[in-house]
Amino acid sequence: MTNSNQSVLEVRNLSISYGDGDRRNGVVHDVSFSVAAGEVVALVGESGSGKTTTAQSVLGLLAGSGRVDAGSILLNGEDISRWNEKRLRGIRGPVVSLIPQDPSNSLNPVLAVGTQVREILEIHGRLSRKEADRRVIELLTHVGLPEPELRARQYPHELSGGMKQRVLIAIAIALKPALIIADEPTSALDVTVQRRILDLIDDLRREHGTSLLLVTHDLGIAADRSDRLVVLQNGRIQEEGPTPAVLAAPKSAYTRKLLSDAPSLAVKTNRPALDLSKPELVTVTGLTIDFDLPGRQRFRAVDGVSFSVPQGSTHAIVGESGSGKTTTIRAISGFQKASGGGIRIGETDVASLTSGTLRPFRRKVQLVYQNPWGSLDPKQTIFSIVEEPLLNFDPLPKPERASRVEAIIERVGLPTSVLSRLPHALSGGQRQRVAIARALVLEPEVVVLDEAVSALDVTVQAQILSLLGELQRDLGLTYLFVSHDLAVVRQIADTVSVLHNGRQVDYGPVEQIFERPTSDYTRELIEAVPGRKFPHHLHIAAQAAGQVS
Amino acid sequence: MTRYVLSRIGQALLVLWAAFTLSFILLQAMPGDAVLIKFLSPDYGLSPEQIQAIREAYAVDGSLPTQYLRTLVNFLTGNFGYSIQAGVPVSAQLATNLPPTLTLASLGFVAAVTLAVTVAALSALAPFAWLRNLVHSVPSLLISVPVFWLGIMLIQIFSFRLKLVSVINPGPWESLVLPVATLAVPIAAPLAQILIRSIDEIRTRPFIAVAVAKGATQRRILWRHVAGNAILPALTIAGVLFGELIAGAVVTETVFGLNGIGILTEKAVSNQDLSVLQAIVVISAAAFVTINLLVDFLYPILDPRLRTRSGATA
Amino acid sequence: MTTLETTTGLEQQHVSQAAGAGQSRLPKFRLKRISFGLLLAWLIIGTALLWAVAPGLFTGYNPVEGLPGGQLKAPSALHLLGTDSLGRDLFARIVYGSVHSLSGAVAAVAVGLLAGTSLGLVAGSTGGRIDAVIMRFVDVLLAIPTLLLSLSIIILLGFGTINAAIAVGATSIAGFARLTRSEVVRVRRAEYVEAAFGSGGTFWNVLRRHILPNSLNSVIAYTAVQFGWAILQLSTLGFLGYGAPPPTPEWGLLIAEGRNYLATAWWLTAAPGFVVVAVVLSANRISQSIGRTR
Repeated sequence: MTNSNQSVLEVRNLSISYGDGDRRNGVVHDVSFSVAAGEVVALVGESGSGKTTTAQSVLGLLAGSGRVDAGSILLNGEDISRWNEKRLRGIRGPVVSLIPQDPSNSLNPVLAVGTQVREILEIHGRLSRKEADRRVIELLTHVGLPEPELRARQYPHELSGGMKQRVLIAIAIALKPALIIADEPTSALDVTVQRRILDLIDDLRREHGTSLLLVTHDLGIAADRSDRLVVLQNGRIQEEGPTPAVLAAPKSAYTRKLLSDAPSLAVKTNRPALDLSKPELVTVTGLTIDFDLPGRQRFRAVDGVSFSVPQGSTHAIVGESGSGKTTTIRAISGFQKASGGGIRIGETDVASLTSGTLRPFRRKVQLVYQNPWGSLDPKQTIFSIVEEPLLNFDPLPKPERASRVEAIIERVGLPTSVLSRLPHALSGGQRQRVAIARALVLEPEVVVLDEAVSALDVTVQAQILSLLGELQRDLGLTYLFVSHDLAVVRQIADTVSVLHNGRQVDYGPVEQIFERPTSDYTRELIEAVPGRKFPHHLHIAAQAAGQVS
Repeated sequence: MTRYVLSRIGQALLVLWAAFTLSFILLQAMPGDAVLIKFLSPDYGLSPEQIQAIREAYAVDGSLPTQYLRTLVNFLTGNFGYSIQAGVPVSAQLATNLPPTLTLASLGFVAAVTLAVTVAALSALAPFAWLRNLVHSVPSLLISVPVFWLGIMLIQIFSFRLKLVSVINPGPWESLVLPVATLAVPIAAPLAQILIRSIDEIRTRPFIAVAVAKGATQRRILWRHVAGNAILPALTIAGVLFGELIAGAVVTETVFGLNGIGILTEKAVSNQDLSVLQAIVVISAAAFVTINLLVDFLYPILDPRLRTRSGATA
Repeated sequence: MTTLETTTGLEQQHVSQAAGAGQSRLPKFRLKRISFGLLLAWLIIGTALLWAVAPGLFTGYNPVEGLPGGQLKAPSALHLLGTDSLGRDLFARIVYGSVHSLSGAVAAVAVGLLAGTSLGLVAGSTGGRIDAVIMRFVDVLLAIPTLLLSLSIIILLGFGTINAAIAVGATSIAGFARLTRSEVVRVRRAEYVEAAFGSGGTFWNVLRRHILPNSLNSVIAYTAVQFGWAILQLSTLGFLGYGAPPPTPEWGLLIAEGRNYLATAWWLTAAPGFVVVAVVLSANRISQSIGRTR
């Protein structure tokens, strides 16, 4: 099987398309790269770059109508791109294996965890049932699961996201393959869990000398964890080379743009110092929110959160899933009743709002959601989406409404020609601009941004962040910015609250939080952010350029 | 857990009681009753006093609330009243007609499940794309076929043309072949449809990709990973299928001239024999409620996510 | 009429394709997806509708009066589908029967649609106790097998086309109510609905602007399925003799009448059956196409 060629994987001039008949849509064009034994190669790109398709083809896992049109995929020197299913089955597991993207949906919900790990041994192994069971426990122990005997008997829903990913890693390493394909292995996980999972993959890989093809959108992860980088855009390779070299001196314009747009902890905020003379617009004191659980139990989602936000500034609320950050801002925007504590916005006491006074309050506080695919009605045109808030309050004459809609659409950087379109005809970034326009058309005082840039590609994310900054300066807006992404927070926040399990573990100006965090949790959070090996000079250069223009 | 079981049983009894009340309103509370229809006819030549006596005997006099309460108590004690037309207790009629229908229905159900599973498995595993597509469209064709017409066509084809199944003096099993086939189709069609749909949906889930990456065969993936998940949505239509089974039995028995609950129902409607129809309606509702109850208790066994969490969760 | 509708559909797609040139590739795909099967389905439904509206255009024979001496003739150029035991032209009876089956199905679906969607809409948009009461009532409707429920209603109302239609319609109330409620609940949970409330929308505004338009698609698709289903149920009731009385050429009744001549004149049962299958299959196919364009 092995020949003199030391590459475990060699992809040559690969082209892949989707579709049927003569209507095929090319998604990967003439891609070539190789992975040497024991090497980590990162495939980096934004959505639609073809990185996942490329990785799937190595396992012969192309979805639906996908087809390899040209090129070859050499695994240990043998071209597998034309192999039939039967031959491919023989190498899936023992030679090449997969760590999938979304651990919560990647385990069969009706089978016990141990059964699912044992399955890969059953398919390929000659182990007896008893030996296989012992090996399962060994594997589960090896990936760092506490109480492995218990875990083997449990079902996926009884495990946390990080634990599920550990189980999937156990399956991937079970037969000691030569190559593991990790497709965005941590994008669905919290940042502290992400770090531990990536560390685990690193350790196991070193131990067995396994090669890793790491597919990721996150340049920070690629920078920290890979030996070589392959940058993809629209299905074509933009740049390829050793990671440190690419990061230090990117040759392609696209890579440079990706690097400068990626948010990074190392970049200090270049926001002007807070104007302390401005009055405080939002004041939250001792906010507590309880949820009723079945069986007369209560669950405290938010426990004593206090902060105040001066007018025209940005307060970021940071936390991982289950930290209570979303519940907090839902209470502030009047979608959730507080159980205790107070929320004041300007002169309004949010807790005392009745169904009659809630509507006028809505004019002052507007929410922008994370997912621009879900927050716009698919049946409305962009014009009616942005016009709708105006219709809800004092009726304006039609021409004036139209001119206000057009004005705000232009203000968020969209051409007025989008007004007649439906949301599905717009890109993710354009949709998020529409959502911002809808929030701003009522001229609110406070805009609550719930992970508003998290679903976007880095280059789009950078554009939206700069738009938000611009709007804040011009219109004097106050932002409440909820995010799990510390690097983004560092760039746009003035003050920060860090939430953990419903409690506020840190609160203060952004510099203080990042330079001198008071809680261990905040420190862990900051250390877990990928991008340690990031080239900071590029950022500084890019920012300097931005300030000049 | 016991609380959940008890509350589900309570709910089921409530629905059953409401179904009884609805059937009473539809069938008994209306003006003009079957006794009058039958005995007022001049063939009998009865005097008003005699008719009144008969009415009392059949327990159809009295105010509505008392009638309602009496009927309810009677049903609870297993007394379903008298068949006006046949002049025998409804329970006696049920006793003679239920067994043949149960035989037909259970054979039909087994045949339907076999057919549906075969079609669903073929639509996933058949070797050629054109064959898979063909099998895919079988359920939507079957669902559009009137059951009674199907029965007639089967007689036409198998008895009259091919002469495979004799219509004159058939053996006990021979007489059941075509009825069972007829009854199986309306049950198999929706079942196969929902199975195919959920198989298609589950095959796009990420855990299937993981199983493929383990090197599993298509067959293994279908039976180990898809089947256990695809059966869950199919269970939700168990009650609907039971309704189809009843309707199918009525029609099939009529077409093939078999004795059973179906013929009893048909006669009861034609003769306005209300006690008989109400008994059949209430018994069917009871069966429906029981089936749904069983399905509810079956779910946690098939789907670990619905089991109440044990202390094992750390 | 149907062909007209289909062509306008195509034209619209051409227009939108031209308007969004280079913007999105969706219209191109949809244009291709108008499949042969769907076209055929519309053609069949259209023909059945034309039969109902203007039966005289399709046949010169009288559907209820037979020709003396022309009994039980096999299909021929003179009688496309042969004649029945009274010498009536079967094709003419099927054509004239269309109005009974289709109007019955329309009436049945109207009953189910009106009662069911209003119940579901109220239940889904108010929630709480009203929701619970309505849905328990729906549970009770579901607990009685559909055929038995429609038979009970027929006993109450009496035999006949309209009564049979009402009886069939009543059995579809529960399905419509459940679907509408679940759609309303689904749409209500959508972020754009919360966003609409968040921008100051009142309950009725949000219902009108967002919840109704977004729930409608599934309800329309379900209506098409129910139309086919109602034709099946009505033909079953007709076959059992509870629908339109003879000599009405109702499709189910035609099959029942032809039964007695199975050995000698098989076309009397086969032909109306095939018509029912074709119409029901077409309604289901159209429903499927509506459900897909979401």
